[in-house]
Amino acid sequence: MAGTRGISTGRSSRGKVSGRGPESRKGRSVSKAPAHPWVLVGTKKGAFIFRGDRTRSRWQATGPIFLGNEVNHLVLDPRDGRTILMAARTGHLGPTIFRSTNGGRAWKEARRPPAFPKANDAATGPAVERTVWLTPGHASQPRVWYAGTSPHGLFRSEDGGISWEPVSGFLDYLQVLKRREGFIGATPGGPLTHSILVDLRDPAHLYIGLSTGGFFESLDAGGSWKPLNQGVAAYFLPVKNPEYGHDPHCAALHPANPDRLYQQNHCGIYRLDRPGEVWKRIGRSMPKDVGDIGFPMVLHPRDPDTAWVFPMDGTKVWPRTSPGGRPAAYRTRDGGRTWQRQDRGLPREHAYFTVMRQAFAADSLDPAGLYFGTTSGEIWMSPDEGATWRSVAAHLPYVLAVTTATPA
Amino acid sequence: MRVFIPPPLRSYTGARRWVEVEGVTLGAVLDALDARYPGLRFRVVDEQDQIRPHIRFVVREEFAHALTHPLEPGDEIQIICALSGGSQDDTRPKGLSIGLPPGQVLECPT
Repeated sequence: MAGTRGISTGRSSRGKVSGRGPESRKGRSVSKAPAHPWVLVGTKKGAFIFRGDRTRSRWQATGPIFLGNEVNHLVLDPRDGRTILMAARTGHLGPTIFRSTNGGRAWKEARRPPAFPKANDAATGPAVERTVWLTPGHASQPRVWYAGTSPHGLFRSEDGGISWEPVSGFLDYLQVLKRREGFIGATPGGPLTHSILVDLRDPAHLYIGLSTGGFFESLDAGGSWKPLNQGVAAYFLPVKNPEYGHDPHCAALHPANPDRLYQQNHCGIYRLDRPGEVWKRIGRSMPKDVGDIGFPMVLHPRDPDTAWVFPMDGTKVWPRTSPGGRPAAYRTRDGGRTWQRQDRGLPREHAYFTVMRQAFAADSLDPAGLYFGTTSGEIWMSPDEGATWRSVAAHLPYVLAVTTATPA
Repeated sequence: MRVFIPPPLRSYTGARRWVEVEGVTLGAVLDALDARYPGLRFRVVDEQDQIRPHIRFVVREEFAHALTHPLEPGDEIQIICALSGGSQDDTRPKGLSIGLPPGQVLECPT
C-alpha cells in the first residue's frame, strides 16, 4: 500500500470557503437540486474535494490530498457513486493511479498502473510519464475504466482501476500514424491522449482525442481506429486538409444525444452530428475580438444544443489567457449558431485566467452548475448555468482538472 | 544489505528509512524491494527498466546507472531523489555524495 490512508476531512487551511451564493441571497432556494454535488479538483500540488450543500451555496473543502503530487485527473465513478480514481505523480517519482472506494476518505495505489509493454530496445521504448485522463467505462461494464497518458497511450482496466493493460489496437494504430513525420506530436506539456468518450448505447464505440494527432473513432472497443477530422482546421500542418495530425484540445459527447459531439480545438470550436463525418466550425459566430480558441468544452447535462467554452487569447505569441484580461464563459443554446458572453461576477479587467482542458465542468443538477479552475489557483462556480459566477476558492495550486460528481 | 529509503518513498515502507533486502545486482535488490513493498519499483524505474530521470542510486559513494550494477555483500544502497523539489530531511547517511557525474545535467521538471 502506498499513499495516504484516512486523509482527514474538514476545511482546508489553504482554500477559502465561500459564503452564500446569489440564489440564496435572493431568498430563493434551488429546490430542483436533488443531491449534494461534489467538485473534485486536481492541482499541480495535490487534490481537493469540495462538497456542496443542496443549494450549492456552501462548500466544504477537503484537502490537500497527496500534497505535492501532480494530480492530472480526479474522477468519481458515476456507476457506483463512491469510487474515485486519481491520476498522480510527483516530480521525482513515476506516475501512478490512486483509488478510493469510500468517496475519498482513504486511498490505495493501483496494483499495476498504466505502463507500456517492454520494448525490444529498452532505451527508446515508451514509458508513461503521466496519466492525463480518466474515463469510467460503459454502464454495462461497471468495473471498466480507460486512461489516456503522456506520451500517447490508451489503457484499460477491467477491475475498477486496480490493474491496467494497454489497448494494443490503439498502440498499433499509433505506430502506423507515426510513420508520417510530424503528424503525431506534442503540446508544450507533452503529447496528451485525452477526451476518451464512450457511447452510452454501445460500450464498443469509443472516441479519443490526441494533442496533437487528431480525433479518432473505434467501433470495436479499441481494436481498430479511424480518423474523424474532416472539416477541422490544422493551420500548423504542411497540408491543407490532412486526414489526421490536428489538435483537439477537448472533445465531449452529449450525454442525452450520443450522436452529437462538440470539440474545442487549437483551431476553433466545432460540432459534429453523427453519422455525419464532417465537423462544422461553430466558433465562427464568436465575437471577432474574442475568437474561438480555448482549452475546455463543456456540455449541458440535458440539452444537446447548449454548451460552454472558456476562450483564451490565441493571437500573436499565444498567451493562452483570457482575451483582453477579461475572463468570461461563452454559451450557446442553439448548437453553436450564436454565443452569449457570461461574465457576471467574474473580474472585469486585468484577470489573466488560463483554464486547462479538463478544468471546466458542469454538474447534472437543474439548473446546471458550472465550475472552473484556473492555473492561478482559483475555483469559480455558477449555480445558474453561467448567468452569475462566484469564487469558491482562491490561493490553491495551479489547477489542472475540475470534475463534478453526485455521490451515492 | 541495507537500502536507504528517501522520504517520498517511505509511504511504501511504513515510514522506515532503512530496510534490509538481498540481491546481487541493483535490479535484484529493486525486485526484492518491490516484492516486499508492492509498487515501489515502478516509482523509481520505468516499464523499460530505465531509472527515472530524477532518481539516483548510490552504491559505495558512487552513482549506479544501470540495474545490472553488481553488488557485494555488505553494500549499502541509497535511493536519492535528485533535484526535483528537494527534501528537508537531513538524515541522509553521512558521506553520501549528491554531486552529479562529470558532464551530466539534470533537467528540473516544470
